[in-house]
Amino acid sequence: MTDAPKRTPLYDLHVELGGKMVDFAGWEMPVQYPMGIMGEHKQCREKAALFDVSHMGQVILRGDNVGEKLETLCPQAFATLKEGKARYGFFTNDDGGIMDDLIVSNAGDHYFVVVNAALRHQDIPHMQANLDGVEVTEIFDRALVAVQGPSAEEVVGSLCPAARELKFMETTVAEIDGVECRISRLGYTGEDGYEISIPEADAIRISKLFLAHDDCEPAGLGARDSLRLEAGLCLYGNDIDQSTSPVEASLGWAMQKRRKEEGGFPGAARIQKELAEGAAKKLVGIKPEGRAPARQGVEVQTLEGDSIGAITSGSFGPTVGGPVAMGYVATEHSAAGTKVNLIIRGKAQPAEIVALPFVTQNYKR
Amino acid sequence: MATYYSEEHEWITVEGDVATLGITQHAADQLGEVVFVEQREAGDEFEKGDEIGVIESVKAASEIYAPLNGEVVEVNEALADNPGALNEAPEGGAWIYKIKIADASQLEELMDLDGYKALIG
Repeated sequence: MTDAPKRTPLYDLHVELGGKMVDFAGWEMPVQYPMGIMGEHKQCREKAALFDVSHMGQVILRGDNVGEKLETLCPQAFATLKEGKARYGFFTNDDGGIMDDLIVSNAGDHYFVVVNAALRHQDIPHMQANLDGVEVTEIFDRALVAVQGPSAEEVVGSLCPAARELKFMETTVAEIDGVECRISRLGYTGEDGYEISIPEADAIRISKLFLAHDDCEPAGLGARDSLRLEAGLCLYGNDIDQSTSPVEASLGWAMQKRRKEEGGFPGAARIQKELAEGAAKKLVGIKPEGRAPARQGVEVQTLEGDSIGAITSGSFGPTVGGPVAMGYVATEHSAAGTKVNLIIRGKAQPAEIVALPFVTQNYKR
Repeated sequence: MATYYSEEHEWITVEGDVATLGITQHAADQLGEVVFVEQREAGDEFEKGDEIGVIESVKAASEIYAPLNGEVVEVNEALADNPGALNEAPEGGAWIYKIKIADASQLEELMDLDGYKALIG
């Protein structure tokens, strides 16, 4: 990024709350507040936390048969996504790698898409070039705020009763303190919660209304990362990228049966072959047995010393109370319970392949 | 007992030929919450600038560099069970090593408190 980092509509609130600001994907974002990453993480697991995720790209798609056209770019069943429902998906490339992951919502008269901050500049031209007859409009005048945690329904529902009626992966438009917002019951923490698209002029005022609730505190990108890692959720650029296929990334659950059978998306040949025969490597949970965190890039070896893969995300899990990691290992070594060594600063540290997530997901289904 | 500071945000207090080493409050604030400290063992010898340990916070790993030539004579083993002590009292009880100083003339290359305050602004 050569330009000065951009600021979200909540920038002044971050500064007022004592946020420690860092450059993230070209955006000036709070990595943490005075509470600290551990405290903010636990706040989200136990009560509720508010995150600014306005750096992500919000996009409106309008036209005929948008869901069907999206199916030409993604291996998800968007044609049958019902109004008021949201679905996780990804753009694949011609080699079957993942270009970006995204959330698509059927908003009735349009589709609402949220893409990663760093890939807005790729994804929007990609949709404009390939979704024939679809008007692709990036939204620049709305904040995106996530309220996550077991108290999120109380925090948001006390201001917006309609939010209580939503189930996991449902979306609606409702007023919060007189302002029309898009409210979706989903997130990136493994907890129940919402992502709320708010007109920028009202974003700080409404965020403060959420924060006025006794159970809600602000949380930064640091806690967001440790929360998603414990929840076993992929981070684009770390765990998935242009070279990794959805089968390798253990994202088979995110491709619906009809799409897996019919194909008709970029890279379908590789992905269908891997679905049938298995992929050579697989994304798994890895639990170091000691206290040393295993960071991105750490080599994974068999107990005999053969290299079988590498860590793609690794940190300390505040809820787990120890280090947690994800990474790719050769499929023959990917079974839960397999003992491995992690080469941390030249020394072999024992670890075990484990089932994801590290912390039980707590969604309102 | 004199206290010196390094550009790597370490403090050492010197009594005779033994230095006690820790990290400064500024370093602790920058690191965030410490979750793991990797330490050398007593008897390990090192030279100024060598990596003599690693401090891991939730977000990142940071190396500890030797501020002078010496030998580890004692390791604060309490940090293994309570690495967070480096956040609570980095310049109080949470020392990392006691070091036998090999070359006392290297102390002159370190900063005093005023010099360190000027460094961190």
